[in-house]
Amino acid sequence: MANPTDLKAKEEAHWAKTSRLMFTHLGIWFFFGFVIHMFVKPLNNIVIPILGFPLGFYMAAQGSLIAFVVMLFVFAKQQDKIDREFGFAEED
Amino acid sequence: MATQGAATSDFIKNLGRMYGTYTGGFLAFIILLALLEQVGVPNKILGYLFVFFTLAVYAIIGVMTRTAEVSEYYVAGRRVPAFYNGMATGADWMSAASFVGMAGTLFLLGYDGLAWVLGWTGGFVLVSILIGPYLRKFGAYTVPDFLSFRYGGNFARLLGVIVLVACSFTYVTAQIYGTGIIASRFLGMQFELAVFAGLVGILLCAMLGGMRAVTWTQIAQYIVLIIAYLTPIIILSTMKYGIPIPELTYGQAIVDITAREQQMLATGLATPAALKPHIQPFINYSPLNFFAIIMCMMVGTASLPHILMRYFTTPSVREARQSVAWSLLFIFLLYFSAPAYAAFSKLEVYTNIIGRDLTAIRPWLFSWGELGLIQICGKNAASIDAVIAACKAIADHPGVVRLQDFVINTDVIVLSTPEIAGLPYVISGLVAAGGLAAALSTADGLLLAIANALSHDIYYKMIDPNAPTIRRLTVARALLVGVAVVAAATAATKPGDILAMVGWAFSLAMAGNFPALVMGVWWKRTTATGAICGIIAGFGLCLFYLVTTRYFPGAGVKYFGMTSLLNPVTGAPVVDIAKAMAAPNAMESFPTLAHPLANKVGWFNLNNIACGLLGAPLGFAVIYIVSKLGREPSAEMQAYVDEIRKPRGRTVLEEKTT
Repeated sequence: MANPTDLKAKEEAHWAKTSRLMFTHLGIWFFFGFVIHMFVKPLNNIVIPILGFPLGFYMAAQGSLIAFVVMLFVFAKQQDKIDREFGFAEED
Repeated sequence: MATQGAATSDFIKNLGRMYGTYTGGFLAFIILLALLEQVGVPNKILGYLFVFFTLAVYAIIGVMTRTAEVSEYYVAGRRVPAFYNGMATGADWMSAASFVGMAGTLFLLGYDGLAWVLGWTGGFVLVSILIGPYLRKFGAYTVPDFLSFRYGGNFARLLGVIVLVACSFTYVTAQIYGTGIIASRFLGMQFELAVFAGLVGILLCAMLGGMRAVTWTQIAQYIVLIIAYLTPIIILSTMKYGIPIPELTYGQAIVDITAREQQMLATGLATPAALKPHIQPFINYSPLNFFAIIMCMMVGTASLPHILMRYFTTPSVREARQSVAWSLLFIFLLYFSAPAYAAFSKLEVYTNIIGRDLTAIRPWLFSWGELGLIQICGKNAASIDAVIAACKAIADHPGVVRLQDFVINTDVIVLSTPEIAGLPYVISGLVAAGGLAAALSTADGLLLAIANALSHDIYYKMIDPNAPTIRRLTVARALLVGVAVVAAATAATKPGDILAMVGWAFSLAMAGNFPALVMGVWWKRTTATGAICGIIAGFGLCLFYLVTTRYFPGAGVKYFGMTSLLNPVTGAPVVDIAKAMAAPNAMESFPTLAHPLANKVGWFNLNNIACGLLGAPLGFAVIYIVSKLGREPSAEMQAYVDEIRKPRGRTVLEEKTT
């Protein structure tokens, strides 16, 4: 094991990066979960071509859901990358 | 040990083939039943075959995966791959309310109903980024395990168990109730009998194998429920629009609905008061309540023990994260289809029922009318004659069905879609089997969460820490049966608040668990006293708000300054408080839902279902302040928190497994 101060510094750097990633995703989550639906009325004036959905309705029924699913897969990758960078990831 | 390890990896490797074969077998079974229907086997027999065949499969899996090992019983040996755990979580998550009720809610509420769709999906983001993977690294068997370790012992554990039981018990009761509804409707069984039949199915899955058995049956149940949910609507979309992707084609249905709404208003088929335009936001919930419901359902998702404990079963922290993503993908498949059910049904009702001459009503609805689930002109729409007689009794009735004449129970939307599309009965049977799978799988997960908390946390950790394995598992199984029987007995009495209680469970979980779990991982400075005070304050406030507004509304107004909730469209109070308080029954306790004040008073115009929005912020604040006032947690505890944050290495908590 490396000396204790080294490990401590590494842990802190790892956690700073992890926290940053968490806040980024928390922000995106808040945007798709709440902010965008606050503008549902103006968005409903836009109609998605061919499909016919009003955009505000579509975002609540599908758009945000798709964003959540994609976010989760991306988050799993990003967090794993951070863990690997600091040598804190589990063996494959 | 070595041979067992090899057998296990073989088992994992073969999962794809096993569940692939199972799915193929299920499809072949559907085709077989379709053929039987063609040669004239009566519907009732087909319904029974569907239900008993699927129940038998779950029971066989449950018995085959029985176990006598503690870690298998509590966390499925921690070797469920991310993908399969995602499927199991999907089934665990999607309850009878999601399968049968969600589309109906969207039918009734239009845009505002999407609060539930958003709330019941977005929470998984919080599970993954804030809590789930860290609890996996910690190595808990139950959520109270973590609270006890992090917050200094058995008092925190006891609080965790109280929160867990409070939010899981009503929820499981609702699932067993749902089982009873589906079985009684499709098999014509008596409701009480159906409840206990469902109970046997649940116990067969969960009792012998605990988490291990529940995991592998939930995967089988997910496959049944998703096929059952998507099949009718894919066929309907293909028939109507020529494209088998209902999630895309229902945009056209929404355009048609909006046009038809205008037309109905213009021709006097609907009054502006009765018509709630499908895409218009905030006419059923005020914006505050709309967003409050989203927030409470999302945060509640990340705090419900039966969901969190599913991520204890993955082989690694990395797979726990991937597994959350798979879970949401599998859940998404159902939730983004629910609005399509609502739109197609609404279009059918608006074009083929509303505005029709009474003598020309499409016959699919009479079988639901007989059961009292569809009413026209205030009477059950059991036949054309009944409808005509009922409407004649109304003065100046024009002889065609108007919007305000038509009342539909929300459960009917999904269940009737096969008939609306004119599909053979076999599809209806399939939908019933899917609804049953949804209810059973959720009930399994919840029962296990409750029974595990009682057997592991209360019995083993608090009463008899030296209990041998055999006795621990025996106690766990006995408690499982006990809790199940109590839940079924409660469901059999058909309690009036049962469906609202599912929503309450999320708020209670949010207020009780979320602040303590998040702060425990993300703020090392959180002290035991702080967390304990925070749980009591947050959970207490939420519970107080719920109980007062529902069961003691008079006292809420008189002593706690509660006021009437407001109508979301007009902004006017929904009850005249002065008049209601002057009435003789104003201070009545435990009033029925018909009481003028029940569920209609509160603070800040906040529906009681969103009481977590009061409790959780208070919980965070109390934890922060009390922790700041106390001494910093020990260096040892802070080192443990560091351990939880790093995926590599051993779990913090090492359970004695033998």
